[in-house]
Amino acid sequence: MRQRLVVIGNGMAGARTVEEILARGGGEKFSITMFGDEPYGNYNRIMLSNVLAGTDDEAEIFLNGLSWYTANGITLHAGTRVRRIDRFARKVYADDGTTTSYDRLIIATGSRPFVPDIPGVRDAKRGFHQGVFTFRTIDDTRNMLRYARGHHSAVVIGGGLLGLEAARGLQSHGLDATVVHAGGHLMNQQLDPQAGAVLKRSVERLGITVELNARTTEIRGTEKVTGIALSDGRVIGCDMVVIAAGIRPNTEVAQAGGLVVERGVVVDDQMRAVGEPGIYAVGECAQHRGQVYGVVAPLWEQAKVLADHITGADPTAAYHGSRIATKLKVAGVNVASMGLKGPEREDDEFVVVAEPSRGMYRCVVVRDGRLVGATLVDDLSKVAFLMQAFDRGLPLPEERVRLLFDLGAPSAETSAAELSDDAQVCNCNGVSKADLVAAVKDGTRSVTGVMDTTRAGKGCGSCRSLVAQIVEWAAGGETEEDPSAGWYVPGIPLGKPELMAEIRARGLKSVSAVFAELAPEGREDAKSKMGLASLLRMMWAGEYVDERDARFINDRVHANIQKDGTFSVVPQMKGGCTTPDQLRRIADVADKYQVPLVKVTGGQRIDLLGIRKEDLPAVWADLGMPSGHAYGKSFRTVKTCVGLDFCRYGLGDSTALGIALETRFQGLESPAKMKLAVTGCPRNCAEAYVKDLGVVAVEGGRWEIYVGGAAGAHIRKGDLLATVGTAEEVITLTGRFLQYYRENANWLERTYAFVPRVGIERIREIVVDDADGIAARLDEAVQASVDAYRDPWQEGREPVTPGQFRPALPLLVVPKP
Amino acid sequence: MTAEPHLLGRLDEIPVGEGRAYTVGGEQIAVFRLRDGNARAVSALCTHAGGPLADGQIDGDIVICPLHQHMFELATGCSTTGRPPLRTYALHIDPDGHLFVHL
Ligand SMILES: Cc1cc2nc3c(=O)[nH]c(=O)nc-3n(C[C@H](O)[C@H](O)[C@H](O)COP(=O)(O)OP(=O)(O)OC[C@H]3O[C@@H](n4cnc5c(N)ncnc54)[C@H](O)[C@@H]3O)c2cc1C
Repeated sequence: MRQRLVVIGNGMAGARTVEEILARGGGEKFSITMFGDEPYGNYNRIMLSNVLAGTDDEAEIFLNGLSWYTANGITLHAGTRVRRIDRFARKVYADDGTTTSYDRLIIATGSRPFVPDIPGVRDAKRGFHQGVFTFRTIDDTRNMLRYARGHHSAVVIGGGLLGLEAARGLQSHGLDATVVHAGGHLMNQQLDPQAGAVLKRSVERLGITVELNARTTEIRGTEKVTGIALSDGRVIGCDMVVIAAGIRPNTEVAQAGGLVVERGVVVDDQMRAVGEPGIYAVGECAQHRGQVYGVVAPLWEQAKVLADHITGADPTAAYHGSRIATKLKVAGVNVASMGLKGPEREDDEFVVVAEPSRGMYRCVVVRDGRLVGATLVDDLSKVAFLMQAFDRGLPLPEERVRLLFDLGAPSAETSAAELSDDAQVCNCNGVSKADLVAAVKDGTRSVTGVMDTTRAGKGCGSCRSLVAQIVEWAAGGETEEDPSAGWYVPGIPLGKPELMAEIRARGLKSVSAVFAELAPEGREDAKSKMGLASLLRMMWAGEYVDERDARFINDRVHANIQKDGTFSVVPQMKGGCTTPDQLRRIADVADKYQVPLVKVTGGQRIDLLGIRKEDLPAVWADLGMPSGHAYGKSFRTVKTCVGLDFCRYGLGDSTALGIALETRFQGLESPAKMKLAVTGCPRNCAEAYVKDLGVVAVEGGRWEIYVGGAAGAHIRKGDLLATVGTAEEVITLTGRFLQYYRENANWLERTYAFVPRVGIERIREIVVDDADGIAARLDEAVQASVDAYRDPWQEGREPVTPGQFRPALPLLVVPKP
Repeated sequence: MTAEPHLLGRLDEIPVGEGRAYTVGGEQIAVFRLRDGNARAVSALCTHAGGPLADGQIDGDIVICPLHQHMFELATGCSTTGRPPLRTYALHIDPDGHLFVHL
């Protein structure tokens, strides 16, 4: 019979230990039950910094989704806290009222934020005062993100790693961020004062204010946070406060269960709780040889030892403690530190190079010919060797400064070769050089492929270049580009040109036909449908065989889905020009359908938000206006200024040209949306410099055409494509450029990425100078698409599929039988 | 099957490759008609932010929520993007093309 293994805590250490146990055949030996206080599968806590900064999506940080637990026969109680351990009866009692018996128990409860007792932190009713946050879990991160919206300034209490990350993350959402740190320099756990000062300069350069030697004495505000007070009497106003003042191990349950607890649960070299043959602790809640760790690298080692021991895979396995070497990206600045921060004995050698103005600091501490400490701020190119030398006491170069700089010597390849096999490369996920080499030997020859199988580089990302070097070295220079990186869509293993060639050669006119002929085993792929539908419509225009399931919901019902499942309706207003009659009809529709929000858009139109799906056809009929295409990956709008007729400065009839462009290219499908503008003079009221294509009237009756501009999440001034003499030429070049973009851009690649990728000179050669002799073909192709255009709102009269406009929520009630 | 069958309608009322939503016995269910002729039923609300899954795109295995692109296996309800699972429901299509769900 299998033994019952219960794990309390489904965080990084708990889940990793179970993975290691499964990897050693533990699935046959144990029936595994896991309890996790957080209501999710297992995620990479380190990456919360990126989620807060908006550079990673929540969905990307999950290590094991719920299906992993099912697939491995693990019973997961997610969102369930273990309340009590009875070590005599060998049972754990959980908050949901269940009792679970165990033969072996692993405690992996991690830590929680330490919240100092500052007056005003708490609120009797809601726990924390409104606007006060900690930073440990996904929920914490979500709460901060939600509150950051609509607020302007944040104070972060604590100038360690977490505090700096919180400040940087909130700043990227537009908040003014101030770090208030009680210590005399930032990251004082890892850095000496000089390195801390260099880091401070770099952080301040990012626009974050840093207050040192600043003790917070009060959180102010009655209803919600309005500021903090410092011990020197100063008050800093703010809308939110993040407390990042350290962590405390979660040991209450272990302690109440009678285990030996000091700072953490005290364990021996097999991670066994002292005096308890069947109970173990791993991760931040464990205390081994007096040490409690607060970073992930040690817990990977602990997890391996525990798995070796508990499965019997290696009965001699023992954990001897970790020498902590951290390599982090803090608020965008690279920081590595290990061992001593500076010399401690008289004959310690100390080499330090600091260039504060460049944000660079490097030092090493050498004792008896061995590396006993090193700090690097900004440039981590030497970190791999330093960590290894530190870990293992390797012999050091005579000229110590060579530890910090390549003085014309070893290149990257030799350093990848020199690294010993068990050198840890990715500290976030505990991946060694040997693991990477093994993945390459097993046939994975692309850097991204190796990163996927080993998870190296999937934490903070600071090791990615080293991972790439090792993979290249291991593959003998024969690395492959990640194949799927070049595919147009994930489900078809072809780049865009090859895919288009196959589609044309085989005459594939529908998405299902493409899957049947070109996908591995003919398997359809939901993630690929939208991109294929767009491509096929572009290629075949009127001959395209439209399968409605290939469309995203917006394109099925010609409106933009909103968070509550309702839709937004934007009628066409070419060039942003409207009439009293149109406005009257819009007003009537807004009244009749009780439209919750009527909003003027940035594209110079009127948006009716909160329309129910079932009302769409009637709304369109009552409006009697064509679709404005404010929902698809397609030609959106042409923004214009008032132009010649009214403006004192107008040089060209921008309004008429804008309307002509929109009339011609309305609704044109493309790899990503296309927003245009025409402006009547270089004062540029219509913001034409920052559009996918922008046209500017200049003196002498001429027009400048800019392409590849953007002013959304990404900001870029467009590149000048051509200056032409007539509106007709503008229309021709616009069509030709858009068609070239449609044919050559990757799926979802906006022009701001496409234009610099191809290069404006090359685009000009093709589109303006016709160097490739394809201009006539491009003109013809775009004309075919223009001819195939039909106002999609006409579908309101006669739905194309049964239930096209049937609500997906709230729902039809099926009568009881 | 002990569960009680409820008639939802005809399978061909759902376009191929699309989904439609139904309420049965107080439960909201999204039913999808796969391209291979089968059908699958899962709870209608995305476990992330309540998105309307019947409006999502599918293939033979998964549905993608239209709001934030979370993905769920149609057969098991399990999320492949780390969300809590959906409920799944057994379906049955009679020879005349009528579609029944078992609750
Ligand atoms: C924003 C952020 C950034 C970080 N960046 C880095 C970095 O760059 N590098 C680095 O090395 N480290 C970093 N860390 C630290 C790292 O995340 C931790 O060291 C690691 O998560 C510890 O793993 P653990 O399993 O011990 O604890 P956790 O991951 O916290 O897991 C413990 C789990 O147990 C659960 N639990 C607790 N009590 C109970 C109970 N009674 N019943 C059931 N479940 C319970 C908790 O809810 C939690 O889910 C960072 C941490 C944060 C918060």
